Amino acid sequence: MLDILGKVFGRDEAPSKEIAKERLRLVLVHDRATVSPQFLELIKEEVIAVITEYMEIDTDGVEVSIHSLERSVALVASLPIKRMKRAVKAV
Amino acid sequence: MGEVIVITSGKGGVGKTTTAANLGTALALNEHRVVLLDADIGLRNLDVVMGLENRIVYDLVDVTAKVCRLKQALIRDKRFNEHLFLLPAAQTRDKTAVTPEEMKDLTEELKAEFDFILVDCPAGIEQGFRNAISGADRAIVVTTPEVSAVRDADRIIGLLEASEMGEVQLLINRIRPRMVKRGDMMDIDDIIDILAVDLVGVVPEDDCIVVATNRGEPTALDSTSRSGQAFRNIARRVTGEQVPLMPLEAEEGLIARVRHLLGFGS
Repeated sequence: MLDILGKVFGRDEAPSKEIAKERLRLVLVHDRATVSPQFLELIKEEVIAVITEYMEIDTDGVEVSIHSLERSVALVASLPIKRMKRAVKAV
Repeated sequence: MGEVIVITSGKGGVGKTTTAANLGTALALNEHRVVLLDADIGLRNLDVVMGLENRIVYDLVDVTAKVCRLKQALIRDKRFNEHLFLLPAAQTRDKTAVTPEEMKDLTEELKAEFDFILVDCPAGIEQGFRNAISGADRAIVVTTPEVSAVRDADRIIGLLEASEMGEVQLLINRIRPRMVKRGDMMDIDDIIDILAVDLVGVVPEDDCIVVATNRGEPTALDSTSRSGQAFRNIARRVTGEQVPLMPLEAEEGLIARVRHLLGFGS
């Protein structure tokens, strides 16, 4: 009965499944972002391989990590540049 | 050569054991030779759900520790001639009493003689889970349409993929059509969309399950129950048949519809 009244007068709340979906989406982004150090190491090596084609970087100073923010998750890489190569490949 | 299917979920209480019992029952009704293997050492329940608790002599750990032969520990379910057997878990041991290698050897041995070996996996992601999946060719992940169960299912699917499990399929259990209709429960598409995995079937919430468990007679044996029908459909899909999803709500008579409209009985 309350349902019908709710429909007639228009619900002021979103259906709770929408709330569930949004909360799940966020929680899974965080859950799936908990990756192993080996996985991060793999990404780091590949990033270094790509970047060194364009510039000389301090490979010991490279840091790759996953940052969890409140509503999103980011892959953050810090790559100290030692020297730019003169002839950057034409795009 | 048979197939080993692990029934798993991560979260407890979503219906792994009920699924194993009903899927096994439905497969046996279709003349497949089936073993139900309870891998939940220390918290066994497949025996009571099947109504076979009084017939246990030996258990899983007795077999792996070579206290008895495999054949001696298999309990034949008399309702299904030679088609359904149960290998019960040990109740007085813990999950470390068996190793993944032993489970693998055991399921290999069973595959030689049976069409399907259904492994009822314990909740959690620790050794019991590792044991249960170690010999499996494919997996059915059971979830309910709740945030906590779907989240755990996601974790389990990730772990199964990392372990290079063959096919991984999802079973959505205890869906309540009326709540879905009014937007208060995630529907099938919502869950599939989030988990990005193939669906093997959907089982509606059904009072018959409680009655069936009380009696030790799986609902798949009850031709009138909706959950039983859903499990029989899933069993056919497991064997590769194309079976459409049944409509979530049974067609209702006029009186029932009026009652619902007025808010009585739900």
